[in-house]
Amino acid sequence: MKLRHTTSQAPDKVEIQMTPMIDIVFQLLIFFLFSFKIVTQEGDFNIRMPVAGPASSTSLQTDLPIKVRLTADDEGNLASIRMDDAVLPNFTALHEKVMSRVGTNAGPDAAENIEAELDCDYNLKYRNVIGAVTAISGYVTPDGRIVKLIQKIKLSPPKKPAA
Amino acid sequence: MKIIKPKATAAALEPDMTPMIDMTFQLIAFFMVLLNFGEAEQDARIRLPSSQLAKPPETALENALVVQLTGDNQVLFSGELMPIAGLDEKLRREARFITLSGEKPEDATVILRADAESKTGVVQEVIQKCQENGFENFALRAKQEDEES
Repeated sequence: MKLRHTTSQAPDKVEIQMTPMIDIVFQLLIFFLFSFKIVTQEGDFNIRMPVAGPASSTSLQTDLPIKVRLTADDEGNLASIRMDDAVLPNFTALHEKVMSRVGTNAGPDAAENIEAELDCDYNLKYRNVIGAVTAISGYVTPDGRIVKLIQKIKLSPPKKPAA
Repeated sequence: MKIIKPKATAAALEPDMTPMIDMTFQLIAFFMVLLNFGEAEQDARIRLPSSQLAKPPETALENALVVQLTGDNQVLFSGELMPIAGLDEKLRREARFITLSGEKPEDATVILRADAESKTGVVQEVIQKCQENGFENFALRAKQEDEES
């Protein structure tokens, strides 16, 4: 059988239309570009605050309750920090006081059963509460490890200032 | 006089698109990976307080609802801005929904994203409203940052 050699002029290369693909790709790029936003990492301080009732089971297991009182000036800034009737100048001092109370000899886990209650002025700016919670609940070691201290933290009920 | 057009070569007409397409796909892949739909609840109106201990949770919280509090002490819940008094009805509905789905509101976690400048008393009021509707677990959210000394 004789194979006939075709002499028709076939194109050397198949041309693919790139324009629609590039259009779509740029549309996608623009979509992702505008959807992109830089977000800072967020973390949580977990607190368990059941409605106050008789014979709370958590209070039975805890000892050495720590009361921290935060007062505010007229503008809501932190005016004073008190812990066990001792006036403390800043959150670093509060942290040191908590460390001395909890004790480092027994290890950081010894603080797990200790409960702390934050009693704050109504007008106090919330960032001070987080500052106090940070001072109480742990610290970061130089190698970046988080050591937990008091984990049972609660806020006292709100007290509206007298008009 | 007849002007003879020079024949255009195929190479001169077709620029090499491959590097550009490569680069564009790389950019798309980059933005796709970084696009975080999980952080959709973050609102620019809330400037969280910072804490060096605020590390992102390793596992996502189950049954979590997000209550946000702006700097002017307004509550932002489900994308709706409202005074604290309006939160009660919303929380009651959430608690009912959780109960109907076979869970307990006590086991749910309320993520509280309060502005650093909001009043602590208002935060406490929000917590109180949640407690009245059966919620017991709270996560006070802060942004991860070294505290200024």
